[in-house]
Amino acid sequence: MNRFRAEISVAFAIAVLLIVLVFLAPGFFTRENLSDLVLANMPVLIVALGMTLVILTGHIDISVGTTFAICGVAAGEFAKMGLPAWGAGLVACAIGAMLGAINGALVAYLRIPSIVVTLAAMVAFRDALRWITQGAWVQDLPANFQWLGTTQAASNAITFAVAGALAIGIGWGLRNLPAGRSVYATGSNENAARLVGIDSARVTFCVFAFTGALTGCAALLNSIRFNQVPSNAGIGMEMKVITAVVVGGTAITGGRGSIQGTLLGVVLLGIISPALTFLGFSAYWERAIQGLIILSAVGFDAVRSRFGARLRGDFAERTA
Amino acid sequence: MSDLILEAASMSKSFAGVKALRAVSFELRAGEVHALIGENGAGKSTLIKIITGAVTPDAGTIKVRGEQVPRMDPRLSKSLGIAAIYQQPSLFPHLTVAENIALALESGSAWRTLDWKARSRRASELLTRAGASIDPEKLVATLSMPEQQLVEIAKAIGADARIVIMDEPTASLTEREVESLFQVIARLRSDGVGVIYISHRLEEIAAVADRVTVLRDGETIATKRMDEVDRTELIRMMVGRELGSVFPKREITAGDTVLELRNVSSRAAGVYHVSLSVRKGEILGIAGLVGSGRTQLAETIFGLTPADSGEIRLRGESIVIDSPSVAIRRGIGYVPEDRPRHGAILEMSIAANTSLASLRKVASHGLIDRSRERGLAQSFVKQLRIKTPSVEIETGALSGGNQQKVALARWLAVDPAVLILDEPTQGVDVGSKAEIHSLMADLAEQGLAIVMISSELPELLGMSDRIAVMHAGTIRGTLDRKDATQQAILSLALGHAA
Repeated sequence: MNRFRAEISVAFAIAVLLIVLVFLAPGFFTRENLSDLVLANMPVLIVALGMTLVILTGHIDISVGTTFAICGVAAGEFAKMGLPAWGAGLVACAIGAMLGAINGALVAYLRIPSIVVTLAAMVAFRDALRWITQGAWVQDLPANFQWLGTTQAASNAITFAVAGALAIGIGWGLRNLPAGRSVYATGSNENAARLVGIDSARVTFCVFAFTGALTGCAALLNSIRFNQVPSNAGIGMEMKVITAVVVGGTAITGGRGSIQGTLLGVVLLGIISPALTFLGFSAYWERAIQGLIILSAVGFDAVRSRFGARLRGDFAERTA
Repeated sequence: MSDLILEAASMSKSFAGVKALRAVSFELRAGEVHALIGENGAGKSTLIKIITGAVTPDAGTIKVRGEQVPRMDPRLSKSLGIAAIYQQPSLFPHLTVAENIALALESGSAWRTLDWKARSRRASELLTRAGASIDPEKLVATLSMPEQQLVEIAKAIGADARIVIMDEPTASLTEREVESLFQVIARLRSDGVGVIYISHRLEEIAAVADRVTVLRDGETIATKRMDEVDRTELIRMMVGRELGSVFPKREITAGDTVLELRNVSSRAAGVYHVSLSVRKGEILGIAGLVGSGRTQLAETIFGLTPADSGEIRLRGESIVIDSPSVAIRRGIGYVPEDRPRHGAILEMSIAANTSLASLRKVASHGLIDRSRERGLAQSFVKQLRIKTPSVEIETGALSGGNQQKVALARWLAVDPAVLILDEPTQGVDVGSKAEIHSLMADLAEQGLAIVMISSELPELLGMSDRIAVMHAGTIRGTLDRKDATQQAILSLALGHAA
């Protein structure tokens, strides 16, 4: 089916990569390696879910890496102040939502381009965090913070379950809730959306705030895997997340895309660098190959929409 | 005659089987202002596009200064001294006036060095000749519409154009600006330039033109000297056709008043003191020239530019409509003009488009019931005869007429009491047009109150029970079906009293 063309090509790429690994580097498939890989990518997935919504509305948020760092540090600090891990998690989400809301308000109501707003947020909040923490990591975390105070296995299961539930929930909501329709409508044709009574500005605002909250959640699930929280986390995260979303077939111009696609994008991006390592490529190649993937995914989308535009243009001319 | 600078003889052109021009002939003399008039769709733009080389005719010959041009193209037309100035100036907004003029006139290597001072000097000289006092270093984006038009004229003078085509140049100008434009035209004329002047405004044509050619349905009706004809005759020549039974209008006894506007104004939208009413089963046509405020009136009723004074009553109840969602909740539907920008969302499936304004109806407990949504879409695909293999395909894959039907389906799904249709058949082929008309008749019969904005007089006369004619943001007069004639509508639309 036409609609899933992008998803199919990503799934195909994943399959090819896995088949190559089966033959050339079976060591990739050890239980330990796979479980590490999955866990390390859960935060990316959660942020990518939010990013999918942002890109669907026709915007972009490059401040997620900074938000991720701030929320992680905040979760750690609040845990040290005696909050249980889940409480620290709520605080992280709230702070993330607040940062997202600031971006969202500037984009939706002041109509400043999202790339400008979130670039400013990315730089300014990153520096603010560095100034406040003086670069120090959050250490001496209480015992009930790491692994959520349970065993590593239980904590991993919880992380996996939360990410899975969020992916399924958001994917389902996007398809089945009127709110999901508003996201697509806003991204594909804001004027038409306004005419059917959709408050596009509110949709945009909510999507940014929600993405902030998801980033907070991702930050918590990342922090609990270690015994200290770095204050410089999430550098370059926006790049990875946006790549995953775009590779998954979400149009960078908005209005078209799906959570399934993002899921596949995260899987492909997640396995590609360890796979290259396992296959003996130098680590220097990883970035270059990531770049190539973006280019081919976006290029494909551009070619497809130009083709579509040409069809429509032809028609307009014939009826002029 | 040696002073004939342009002769277009027996021009024919069809688009997808529809004849836009049938053996049209047109000539222009040096130092003459030759007006070209006709209803929308009469073939004026096609003729202009042939002269500027944008469109290749199927048959006919063009001679410029007595020499036959075998194949006109935009470059050739420019080098032959033909320049066109459109209603919407085609300038680069982020460049200065001088750069815009230079871009149009200079040629040569992309690596040549530019003489900025000479550019600026040349620009100000040309602007002076065009009768404009504009600083050549200003950005075009900061200029007003008439100033931009003057820059276009300066470009034409600079290109040493001998044939200048002006397509509705005064549509966005005030009276004083029109005056100064006419002075420029007079200057061009005395320099021996031939001007083709297209306008809907007959009084302007009387003031500026030497001769006039009337087109109707792609044919030349007549070419006359301006002093031989009067307004009435021009209007009669423009419309002249008998309206028969092409319109499936049915006689329906209109019911109670559904929507009523009492002295409604929206200053932001440029709508002033509008009073009108539509009854159940009635089709109210809204006529008026482009820019007369028809769409703005629709947007005011629909809450996009809410009314700031006056009263809107729905079924006798006074209501405030301050956003589209209120309008939708109250049972008002609006199928806008400019389908690609405002109508069906092309990336979405037909099903999603159909349900977009009535998600509440296809949802149970806040969830979209996809099978109910499909069912809804399917019923409209059937009712509106939308040609598609499935309701799940993207709307952008459909033809224009079918996209328009999808936009219509969205609003019918709301089950409105009042439906506002803005140019419902614009850009739609003849077959779909007839279908949309018969559908409108069906809907009216089912008791819907319809407000139909249209630029097409035959459509207005054929489909409406009453026609409200707008001019300058207000309703000039309302004609009953039996009193409405094309002459009467045009006369009101041009601002004359009924």
